[in-house]
Amino acid sequence: MPVPTPFHPRTSELCTSMFWKEWAGYYAVRSYDTCHEREYFAIRHAAGLIDVSPLQKYEVHGPDAAEFLSLVMVKNIRKLRAGRMTYLCWCDDDGKVMDDGTVGRLEADRYRVSSNGPSLAWLQRHAAPFRVRVEDISERIGALALQGPNSREILKQASSDADLDKLKFFRMTRAAIDGAGVWISRTGYTGDLGYEVWVERDDALRVWDAIIEAGKPYRIEPAGLDAMDVARVEAGFVLNGVDYFSAQRCLIDSRKSSPYEIGLGWTVNLDREPFIGQAALKREREEGSEWALVGLELDWDEYESLYDEFGLPPQVPAGAWRDPVPVYDERQQQAGQATSGAWSPILKKNLALATVRHPHKETGTPLRIEVTAEYQRRQITATVVETPFFDPERKRA
Amino acid sequence: MSTNNGKPSRSSYDAIVIGGGHNGLTCAAYLAKAGRKVLVLERRHVLGGAAVSEEVHPGFTFSVCSYVVSLFRPHIIRELDLARHGLEIIPLECSFLPLPDGNSLARWADPERTRREIARFSPRDAEVYPEFGMAMSQLARFAKHVIDHPAPEPTSFNPRELFRLLRLGRALREFDADLRYLNFKLMTMSAVDFLDLWFESDVLKAPMAVSGIIGTFLGVRSPGTAYVLLHHYMGEIDGAFRAWGFCKGGTGRLSLAIASAARSYGAEILTSAPVERVLLDDGRATGVALANGDEISAKQIISGVDPRRTFLGMVGEEHLDGEFVEQIRRYKLRGSSGKVNLAVDRLPDFASRPGDGPHLRGDIAIAPGIDYLERAYDQAKYGAFSARPYLNVVIPSLVDPSVAPPGKHVISCFVQYAPYHIKEGPENWPQQREAFGDAVVSTLAEYCPGLEDSILHRQVLTPWDMEQEFGLTEGNIFHGELSLEQLLFLRPAAGWARYRTPVRDLWLCASGAHPGGGIMGSPGELAAKTLLKSGGA
Repeated sequence: MPVPTPFHPRTSELCTSMFWKEWAGYYAVRSYDTCHEREYFAIRHAAGLIDVSPLQKYEVHGPDAAEFLSLVMVKNIRKLRAGRMTYLCWCDDDGKVMDDGTVGRLEADRYRVSSNGPSLAWLQRHAAPFRVRVEDISERIGALALQGPNSREILKQASSDADLDKLKFFRMTRAAIDGAGVWISRTGYTGDLGYEVWVERDDALRVWDAIIEAGKPYRIEPAGLDAMDVARVEAGFVLNGVDYFSAQRCLIDSRKSSPYEIGLGWTVNLDREPFIGQAALKREREEGSEWALVGLELDWDEYESLYDEFGLPPQVPAGAWRDPVPVYDERQQQAGQATSGAWSPILKKNLALATVRHPHKETGTPLRIEVTAEYQRRQITATVVETPFFDPERKRA
Repeated sequence: MSTNNGKPSRSSYDAIVIGGGHNGLTCAAYLAKAGRKVLVLERRHVLGGAAVSEEVHPGFTFSVCSYVVSLFRPHIIRELDLARHGLEIIPLECSFLPLPDGNSLARWADPERTRREIARFSPRDAEVYPEFGMAMSQLARFAKHVIDHPAPEPTSFNPRELFRLLRLGRALREFDADLRYLNFKLMTMSAVDFLDLWFESDVLKAPMAVSGIIGTFLGVRSPGTAYVLLHHYMGEIDGAFRAWGFCKGGTGRLSLAIASAARSYGAEILTSAPVERVLLDDGRATGVALANGDEISAKQIISGVDPRRTFLGMVGEEHLDGEFVEQIRRYKLRGSSGKVNLAVDRLPDFASRPGDGPHLRGDIAIAPGIDYLERAYDQAKYGAFSARPYLNVVIPSLVDPSVAPPGKHVISCFVQYAPYHIKEGPENWPQQREAFGDAVVSTLAEYCPGLEDSILHRQVLTPWDMEQEFGLTEGNIFHGELSLEQLLFLRPAAGWARYRTPVRDLWLCASGAHPGGGIMGSPGELAAKTLLKSGGA
């Protein structure tokens, strides 16, 4: 049985749809209402409050913390200043991605790592030579993502002891909410203006209540994972276990991916002191990668005509999907696979994230994607486009 | 907002579009995208025409006229990349009908929930309701063929015309006999008679019937109103029929997004640039004269204002064929609706369903029965506004908080009937404006006690104001009634439904052309595509 998050007393009261899923062993709301639409639009037009407590959270502290993290992560953490956070991934010795997540520097020698999957054992295994302690604080710390254009105003009302107007993208600060000490980071998984609030378990409910209360005039809505999933596809973010698989969980090598192959090459600081996977990544840089992660836009006219053949109006997927479908090139050779996608209610476009062989990765490349209409498998054109699909200015402003 | 210090950068263009409403802008965007040098001239200081949002009271943005978006063609959003230019549409969740006896009916996107609601009034209707929806959606698919293409011309033997007719015929042939009969009934019956074929409950029929009369000077029992019901089932968001939405930031943001797209393709747009006349040379449109005396020439002149203002106002009947002038004169405009926009310091609290809830997040109808609606029409027939009108109310600030200060709201009330031709004469509307506003507020307050005390600002728009302020002749929100004899190959006049006009190089691109009014963008798009195909400009 899954266990409740620190916010469960509130989320369970609000989740009238009884629509839950399991996330990392916790109960997580898929959508509070029978349909996630309102929650999605709250994220894009007002603010959505999402319980992201099931994220794995580790605290790394000690005089060698930066050295240690720079060894295990693909990014050089020594350069990260206090009060900043960074997005990155970490690899095994073969340069294959284990997970992606964030590292934030709270103080001089105190860092926080958050990720989707568990990485404690792996982190601790490499910590031995360093004067550093890696502590799993996942249970102790609850996390809320407040995402959307009104999120700043709401947090300004709800919090004190922090200047959120000055908190830039990927910065973090200490603050107080209803007397409880919290960390606020300007981060999220929606590609919108947004924040994540990290709170001690015992303070979780008062922080939830204070944010909801402050958010009412700004039309805050508790939002579930289904709404967030549509937003993350629009933002072009990959998801471990969906768009790629953690190297430590793959039975076969072909399932593993390098950072370059999942669109995270930009997080790699290659030329520096040794780090895990460096040699393999250098080699890949020289020899070229086999795969690339791309955005696809499905041709709407073809999609509509396909349904029209059966006398049906086009049916767009109600939420984000994550059942992989094959993608072909113009000669009908399989070019790769689309691993997740969504109809974007904002862009009016049918979008997908796909892993394709390197020659097909250029923007504008026309590919064919499999679509099932009325039980029949067909193909329509899907064009390679740049990600993020949706990237509002307010995210960084 | 506008460019070039209010002066056009050139003295001659490929095309000049008169009027910066959503259709004019759409047309300009398509022409500019095709590489044409385009100039848009808008009379007012803001763009949008009737699809406009203005901060009428500090902190409150009103979608002054048009207030919901449903029919705006999704392919236009994609082709002009309007999302990138700031367009976001948020769907309405519910249709709510408060009743004077403390009861109420809410229809939701969730069919099971709707069934339960309707069953409280009629268990039979509750089951028929989805059947009705299915039949209408099938008919709407046929209608979609109609609105996405230029009107077919039934009197022509041109192979292309025959092909268009065939395409329509093929779409119609997909219907079985029952649907074809139904289609015919829909075209001819009154909204109430048509709904009587399906439903027994007045409470359900009344709020459905009103979609047959919006913007027309007809009653729910007037023949010919049924087919407008279809419009409600053509609203298309995300491929899902029957979905209506708010434009984030107000309806005007739609126009601004199109304007931004047009500019990105190189179109020039001037505001506060009223066009006085279309310049003619040897029966050919060659340019426009502005109110300030400036003259600008262009190969093609495209009018985004209504047909009567275009031909009788800007061209002049002395330059037109007498028969055509007669058709344009008879073209029915006769506005029948008004608009009251309220800035309020709290949410309205409906006695029949108190508190803040999802029932407020869609459209709210004050239409408590068929007789109520017919009585409202009776008064209008004899030249008075309805003392107890039909209201279509929305509170966009609930789903889009950007249009009001935190915790405060805007309420938009579409009001019918407010006939342009009041018995005192339309020019006397200003003397009745506040009384009309009072009637609307007191009507709504019957369902929301305490509403009056929450009002911070009230904006009342009579049909006269719509004509004076927005240039909508006789205050008609659709540039001409959407009645069958004014649609398709008859809009705006027989033989002139293909955006061309009897004046060479003068085109129509707005709601007075096929497929008509509502925020569709189709007339603008189709006019541009027709013009480009003809090799003009």
